[in-house]
Amino acid sequence: MSQSTTDPRLLRAPPKRPLRLSWSDERVRGIVWQILVVGVVGAIFWWLWGNTVHNLEVRRIATGFGFLWREAGLPIAESVIPYSPTDTYFRALLVGVLNTLKVSVVGIILATILGTLIGIARLSRNWLLAKLAGVYVEVIRDLPLLLQLLFWYAILQGLPGPRQALNPVGGVYLSNRGLLLPWLDWQPAFTWAAVAFLAGLVGTWLYRRHARAKQMQDGQPRRIWPVGLLLLVGVPVAVWAALGAPWTVDWPVLRGFNFRGGLLISPEYFALLLGLVLYTAGFIAEIVRAGILAVPHGQWEAAQALGLRPRSVLRLIVLPQALRVIVPPMTSQYLNLTKNSSLAVAIGFQDIVSIANTTLNQTGQAIEGIAIIMLVYLTISLSISLFMNWYNARIALVER
Amino acid sequence: MQGGAERETDLMQPFGLSLTRALTTAAIGFTLALPLAAQAQQQAQAPAAGSFVETIRNRGTLVCAVNTGLAGFAQPDSQGVWRGFDADYCRAYAVAILGDPNKVRFVPTTAQNRFTALQSGEVDVMARNTTWTLSRDTSLGLNFAAVNFYDGQGFMVKQSLGVKSAKELDGATICVQPGTTTEQNLTDWARSNNIRFTPVVIERVEEVVGAYASGRCDAYTTDVSGLAATRSAQPNPEEHVILPEVISKEPLAPAVRQGDPRFEDVVRWVHFALVSAEELGITQANVGQMMNDPRPEVQRLLGRNGDLGKMLGLDDAWAANVIKAIGNYGEVFQRNLTPLGIQRGPNALWTKGGLQYSPPFR
Ligand SMILES: N[C@@H](CCC(=O)N[C@@H](CS)C(=O)NCC(=O)O)C(=O)O
Repeated sequence: MSQSTTDPRLLRAPPKRPLRLSWSDERVRGIVWQILVVGVVGAIFWWLWGNTVHNLEVRRIATGFGFLWREAGLPIAESVIPYSPTDTYFRALLVGVLNTLKVSVVGIILATILGTLIGIARLSRNWLLAKLAGVYVEVIRDLPLLLQLLFWYAILQGLPGPRQALNPVGGVYLSNRGLLLPWLDWQPAFTWAAVAFLAGLVGTWLYRRHARAKQMQDGQPRRIWPVGLLLLVGVPVAVWAALGAPWTVDWPVLRGFNFRGGLLISPEYFALLLGLVLYTAGFIAEIVRAGILAVPHGQWEAAQALGLRPRSVLRLIVLPQALRVIVPPMTSQYLNLTKNSSLAVAIGFQDIVSIANTTLNQTGQAIEGIAIIMLVYLTISLSISLFMNWYNARIALVER
Repeated sequence: MQGGAERETDLMQPFGLSLTRALTTAAIGFTLALPLAAQAQQQAQAPAAGSFVETIRNRGTLVCAVNTGLAGFAQPDSQGVWRGFDADYCRAYAVAILGDPNKVRFVPTTAQNRFTALQSGEVDVMARNTTWTLSRDTSLGLNFAAVNFYDGQGFMVKQSLGVKSAKELDGATICVQPGTTTEQNLTDWARSNNIRFTPVVIERVEEVVGAYASGRCDAYTTDVSGLAATRSAQPNPEEHVILPEVISKEPLAPAVRQGDPRFEDVVRWVHFALVSAEELGITQANVGQMMNDPRPEVQRLLGRNGDLGKMLGLDDAWAANVIKAIGNYGEVFQRNLTPLGIQRGPNALWTKGGLQYSPPFR
């Protein structure tokens, strides 16, 4: 697999010889065939393009992206950015993209955590735990995702109405309108505290690097957590306090038909997230299990023989080798989860597919609408792939 | 960089390819193929000879877009036969063109995908409670033939909610299907009445009605006819009330692709034939005897006199056959919509204070 195994003879260029203009010359044949293939492929694309444009014209179907700046008039239930139906289609589509990201990013994080736990549970020495994890994986993987989504959505719809909402603890309401939580009334002081937290994150990381470098020189381990605590908790709290320590909680209250205020997690979002996380976790569990099993037992024993503590064995010896096996298929699972989030249409979560579909229906511009959907998924998928490839390269074992 | 290119040469050696050469090759290949493609294009551009009417005749079936399932308009019965007002219109077109009400292939479409189905040529005609609007008429590449049902948008709520008027819906959660005029009217109406609402937007009609029935939404909004149909399909229809407000005009009309006036004429005049038959008192039962009715308009409509059929490119008995197969407009209405509690209202004949009116058959 590594470069050193390549036969060096293969890397030597063959002797150059002049091109003979004859069919018996292998290189001339090669060129002719290539010209033909490229020509035919090019012609097909050119024809498809021309044909499409022509047919759209003949059928007097509007074309172009001008519609993006027209008023959308679409109702959208949940949005990360402010949105009203008087906004443009462009903004409506942007809301859709953000909703897709909202479910994909949170979904990927939760599925990774759950999948890893289940994967490890399957390898547990506890018979019951291992069997339960096994059953989970089999059941979840065997049922179509769409069915699971509809199932979760139906369950959530079966909750009582807002006037009979479940109220497990003060300020928390669970009903068929979703889960309502008390939420902070957002103040500028919170934003600054968040900025301080991010700066603290960078600061802690820099300090850790510095401490490591020092340790390499003098062999003295240094404590990182006191600095981390100060930068991640102390400073943000100080910033918040300095700005007057504002603190108002936005409690959800029942007014008329619905709750007002608080943080709402809608049944649509929750059902989609639940479905995607539980489904993908089943696959991730298998990947994690395979990754751990792929590390030969001798590695554990050798590490223990060196006197490493069990945690160190896992962190320094097993995990780096397991990750090498885990990360590439994990990328596919992340891509799958993101693409599967388009099943949102079925249960009324307005992701990019849902909003683009409605847009193309209202404007009649199907080709543009589909192009936008493809562009969005392509961008998200390529970003995930790039990130995972970078991560993979970082954790790959460096052979010396 | 140099080393990389060198390696590339070696890998691609069996094909005699290098990076720079590949580009040149592509350019040459493309230029050579252009004339070929241009010719293919010309062929595609040649206008289709004749009208869709011939295409349908040669195929032997008419492909008609309907609902995925809305009682009274189009819904498969227990034998899988499509029943309803729209389904009967599809049959009427098949009778007019092919002489047989069974030569129809029904294609169920959602509110979202109906226009693409028609635009792409997947279906010949769409009879699917679709509202005629200016933007649909102009930018979707289709034409609406004639309004076969005058409708308007309303709201339905559960009786237990205690709501008597749509004006009381401020703060409510409202279920709506995407890709409809319904969705747009709702936002217009809320804006002009200062009403805040939370939408629940679900594509499939069963899912959206399910969400309403389970209580996920306080109200369900769509065309009043659709509300009546939905209400009648609920386990306990009397638990649901349709609020009195009608917030929009929804003239529902069958549609065809633009650019085929002859086919469009057939679709349009099939509707007028149904209305004319009601005006003239011609029914499914008496159409046989009416053949001998001396009134000139009856004679022309039923093809005994004049050659109106030929002018449409159909045979002379086309209208008589349509009436024989499905009855007149009133009968189609009576059979499909009256059982759901839908009144004739604006769809009564013009002579009875309604809007249904046929231009003369002459
Ligand atoms: N007339 C409106 C609404 C048409 C519409 O799709 N109505 C719904 C509710 S009545 C429907 O027919 N749904 C059945 C289905 O999706 O199959 C329009 O043309 O946009």
